[in-house]
Amino acid sequence: MTALTERDPPRAPAAAPASLEVRSYGDRVFKLLLTLGAVSVPILLGFLVFELWQGSRPAIAKFGLGFATSSVWDPVTEEFGAFPLIFGTLVSSLVALVIAVPLSLGVAIYLTEFAPKAVRQPVAFLISLLAAIPSVVYGLWGIFVLIPLLRKSVFPLLRSSLGFLPLFQGPIYGPSMLAAGIILAIMVMPYVMSVSREVLMAVPNTQREASLALGATRWEAVITTVVPYARSGIIGAVILGLGRALGETMAVTMLIGNRHEIASSLFAPGYTMAAAIANEFSEAVGDMHLSALVYVAFLLFLVTVIVNAGARLLIWQVARGSGAGSKAL
Amino acid sequence: MNRRLLRRAFSNMMVGLMVAAVIVALLPLFFILMNLLIKGAGSLSFDFFTKMPAPAGEHGGGVAHAIVGTLLIVGVASLIGLPIGIAAGIYCAEYPTSRLTWVTRFVADVMNGTPSIVVGVFAWTWIVAKQHHFSAFAGSAALAMLMVPMVLRTSEEMIKLVPNSLREAALALGYPRWRTSLSIVVRTTLPGIVTGSLLAVARVAGETAPLLFTALGSQYFSLNLNQPMAALPLTVFTYASGPYEEWHQNAWAAALVLILVVFILSIGARLAIRRRFDLNG
Repeated sequence: MTALTERDPPRAPAAAPASLEVRSYGDRVFKLLLTLGAVSVPILLGFLVFELWQGSRPAIAKFGLGFATSSVWDPVTEEFGAFPLIFGTLVSSLVALVIAVPLSLGVAIYLTEFAPKAVRQPVAFLISLLAAIPSVVYGLWGIFVLIPLLRKSVFPLLRSSLGFLPLFQGPIYGPSMLAAGIILAIMVMPYVMSVSREVLMAVPNTQREASLALGATRWEAVITTVVPYARSGIIGAVILGLGRALGETMAVTMLIGNRHEIASSLFAPGYTMAAAIANEFSEAVGDMHLSALVYVAFLLFLVTVIVNAGARLLIWQVARGSGAGSKAL
Repeated sequence: MNRRLLRRAFSNMMVGLMVAAVIVALLPLFFILMNLLIKGAGSLSFDFFTKMPAPAGEHGGGVAHAIVGTLLIVGVASLIGLPIGIAAGIYCAEYPTSRLTWVTRFVADVMNGTPSIVVGVFAWTWIVAKQHHFSAFAGSAALAMLMVPMVLRTSEEMIKLVPNSLREAALALGYPRWRTSLSIVVRTTLPGIVTGSLLAVARVAGETAPLLFTALGSQYFSLNLNQPMAALPLTVFTYASGPYEEWHQNAWAAALVLILVVFILSIGARLAIRRRFDLNG
């Protein structure tokens, strides 16, 4: 019984199947088929990069790197600059993280360190359901439920209490950077929560015990010992959430207001890279407009690759071998 | 003495705050599901599943074309994406020392983090721009591309759980490698692989962004993969952004159907996985 259910440690090199010689005809065919599957993955990604580069070449040739700093977006004169899009992507994602990170860390810490056993699984399961809701459903809910609620009560309250900050000034429309940030926060939270929960679970129990033995309260044990031990993994979880938020499309498109503008107020409408592609691609007039949008997609791709690679490195440092981070995806 | 009490009170207060965080985190789920039920259930009827959309602004009509479209698009995507993903997953688990495994795993992680809209743009430049027309097949290709890394990672994780002693036993009995892999290793993990596949199907069934400029959406019933085709998520998007009250009602109903499908697939998959493998996830 134990011999079969026991989880084996990573395979010992001596027993590694790869070292077995390929013997029969069947083996060769089998390995060939599997290899085809495995090879096609990097080939597909290479192809994606090539196609995006190819598609954005006219725009790269015309605008160069200045594309990222220019604010003109005029399909008529074929002048394009993505700065408002990049700005909107960053701001909406930051708003999302500011809301989502404390919440998800609170939930993750509670579930790993404090919650009664009977509560842990059900709550984690319910929150993982949030990740299963399609983006377009979030958008629908945002348009008809969240935005009216925000416009009627939350935004006026923010303006009257925090109105001295430029962030909360100006007219209230409804569709806005803040509305998009709030819906993004709800969407990103399950990812940050489940990855940081896995990272926290990977902290050895001896750390907690040592801290409690020294007389710490349970909260002190968590905040002085467990969290610092898992710090880089938690940062990784947050960055992974950032990666999600940067590329999220439908819900943001439906809530952000879609205006190529930069405003200091979070009540003002904005635009993100993903939303611009979603909105303008099928109606784009002229090859330069299309090429500029493919360029935006290319930039978005590069940014998410960098962000995700960084997150994975950090998570990997804490949860080496425990597989944290891969399961959550 | 007093300080100790204070510290303990602070600890309890923080726990209270975290409980509050749990409640706040669960509120959106509760509200979204409640709103979907209240606003969507009323419009669900036999007609909704079997009829075509009514002309703009008129009452009634259904989304039969979109339901069939989603089934077709996701079905074709699964036919392409699942075999590739599972084969690559078996490769990564069975040849862990190969350099290709390292590369494939890394690339799968990169692809998992790639926004679905970028994959949509890729499918557009690759298929739509070259054929000069929108097609449901381009949508399927985009969805398949999203499925591959998901299925790859879950299959690999599942297969890694198979104890090596099982492999050794089969090989010792004289089974060739391929039969060991197929009849012993894959067979043992089949429920896990099916679960991973179901989860991937559930994930892409709700995807809208990759379909926007590939399958495009349509008001007509179509079974032709070479033409634009309607899909439920696209219908939700179009109806939600439209000006008519009837559209909005149908958007809620379509969203309710969509979420029921996605939830049944993913909850079922998760329950099955837990019973079989007792994973802590």
